[in-house]
Amino acid sequence: MLSGYVVTVLITIGIYVILALSLNMITGYAGQISLGHAAFMGIGAYTSALLYTRAEFSFWPAFLVAGLVAGAVGAVLAIPCLRVREDFLAITTMGINFVVEATFLYVPFFGAGMGIGGINPPSLFGSEISKPGFLLLVIGVIAAVITVDRWLARSWIGLAWAAIREDEAAAGTMGIDVVRFKVLAFTLGSAGAGLAGSLYAHFLTFIMPVNFGFGQSIVILSMVVFGGIGTLRGPIVGAILLGALPEFSRPAMEYRTLLYGILLLLLMRYQPDGILGERSLLVRGWHALRQQAAPMKN
Amino acid sequence: MIWQQIANGIATGAVYALTTLGLTMVYGVLRVLHVAHAGVYALGAYVGLWAFRFTGNFWIGLVVAMAACALAGVLIERFLYAPLLHLPRIIPLIASIGLFIAMEEAFRIVAGPYALAYDAEVRFGSLALGPLRLTGPQTLILTVTLVLLGLLWLLLSRSKVGLAMRATAMDAEITSSFGVNTRAIIALNFLIGSAMAGAAGALIGVYDNQVWPTMGSVPAYKCLAIVVLGGLGNIPGSVLASFLIGLAETLLIGIVAIPFPRDALAFVAMILVLMFRPYGLLGRA
Repeated sequence: MLSGYVVTVLITIGIYVILALSLNMITGYAGQISLGHAAFMGIGAYTSALLYTRAEFSFWPAFLVAGLVAGAVGAVLAIPCLRVREDFLAITTMGINFVVEATFLYVPFFGAGMGIGGINPPSLFGSEISKPGFLLLVIGVIAAVITVDRWLARSWIGLAWAAIREDEAAAGTMGIDVVRFKVLAFTLGSAGAGLAGSLYAHFLTFIMPVNFGFGQSIVILSMVVFGGIGTLRGPIVGAILLGALPEFSRPAMEYRTLLYGILLLLLMRYQPDGILGERSLLVRGWHALRQQAAPMKN
Repeated sequence: MIWQQIANGIATGAVYALTTLGLTMVYGVLRVLHVAHAGVYALGAYVGLWAFRFTGNFWIGLVVAMAACALAGVLIERFLYAPLLHLPRIIPLIASIGLFIAMEEAFRIVAGPYALAYDAEVRFGSLALGPLRLTGPQTLILTVTLVLLGLLWLLLSRSKVGLAMRATAMDAEITSSFGVNTRAIIALNFLIGSAMAGAAGALIGVYDNQVWPTMGSVPAYKCLAIVVLGGLGNIPGSVLASFLIGLAETLLIGIVAIPFPRDALAFVAMILVLMFRPYGLLGRA
């Protein structure tokens, strides 16, 4: 059996996978740079924590409401974002993250600097689920997110997002309701982050504003870009590798953050498509290998 | 009391202006969100402190800091941004964030995690304008800022190089077809902008009498908000926004004592302004 430590690390990575996949919908598919994804994770976490500790909700409804609330807030906050484009959007979403974090930190209702504690893990049939059980729950949520992701990518919604991503003006001219599809991307992506936030709150059992700061947003975005933005495999692999990195770099504790910075820098410089993006070395190499192997099959 | 706060606000605004100028100039020519600019600012503080300890003269420290940062800026442009310009905007942005993280860590590892004192005694007279009294260090900051801004304005508006810089910011392709070496002009933008950030770092180091590894963290993001508020790439706009935010922060926190973090204020102002003017205060579509 897996040790408790390994299960803990796997759950953390799994939550990051959900966050990376949900950000990928906004930034990868619809092409809208968001530097504030952790804000929506925080909104989900706080919603779930408040419902659980103050309104006596059990985990399951709190989890669903967390996703709904984060999605709704994402839809509302997408409106100021729609007025601006590209770089203005990046900084506006960054600003939203700072303002949301400040709200958690300064409003007593949200526990201010102390955060919220006493959030228990979910229960099933009257007993609290174990850590491996929680891991299964996280994997189940990942599977659901992947299913939605695949369905969206293959539907007309995915096509409309791709059109907006490649050329917004042209997409608008072709009759695509750009505003509606952008809001949809922010809503779905934020809802995913909210679900992940709820899992995070019930896994850690206490939450603090700093967990949902701008630094966390950068961590999530790095995972998406590291793996390969706009693909399904990219964010998953990025979240697994960067999520596991702290565990493997324990011997180099002192230099861990330095290495992280340099890794991002070098990857963007030499593999801007991420390690598994369409134009990355690995994927091109894989295609080349398959082409070489193809004649042998015949 | 209120005049004291206004004096503090002006000094803060001056430092913001020096720091954001580089950002807005870089954005003007490359359309890159140069997060690592705040790393250059912290580098200025460290180099300034080191040169001051070595020579015992604040002014030499300031000049050395500006030179070192100018060099760092040119290297960043040459080796990091230049190869990434044809890629989606998010790529240079992430690279810049990576560089900024690495720079902060390098400062911590080289100089230690604690704050270092920057006790340069600069003899600079205090200034009284009616009821407004600026202390010696505040006068120093404001004077250096105004001198540097004045020089930049002269360069941009009165020289051929300045004309080429403005033309490159408008349309690099057309400008280069007129025979201007736009690569050199872009490097010059980095050189000047980074030197200004270096000056800002050294000045704030003396003003607060401390230099520490993550001193660039707050400016890294707040300055982006100020630059956007002023209208990305718009130099007068970013100077105006710097002083507005500097004053608003000190007055709102110092006098009204609103229970809100000082550093989130710039973002609130930015989001509110963008609702009505999506291209910032002085920006154009």
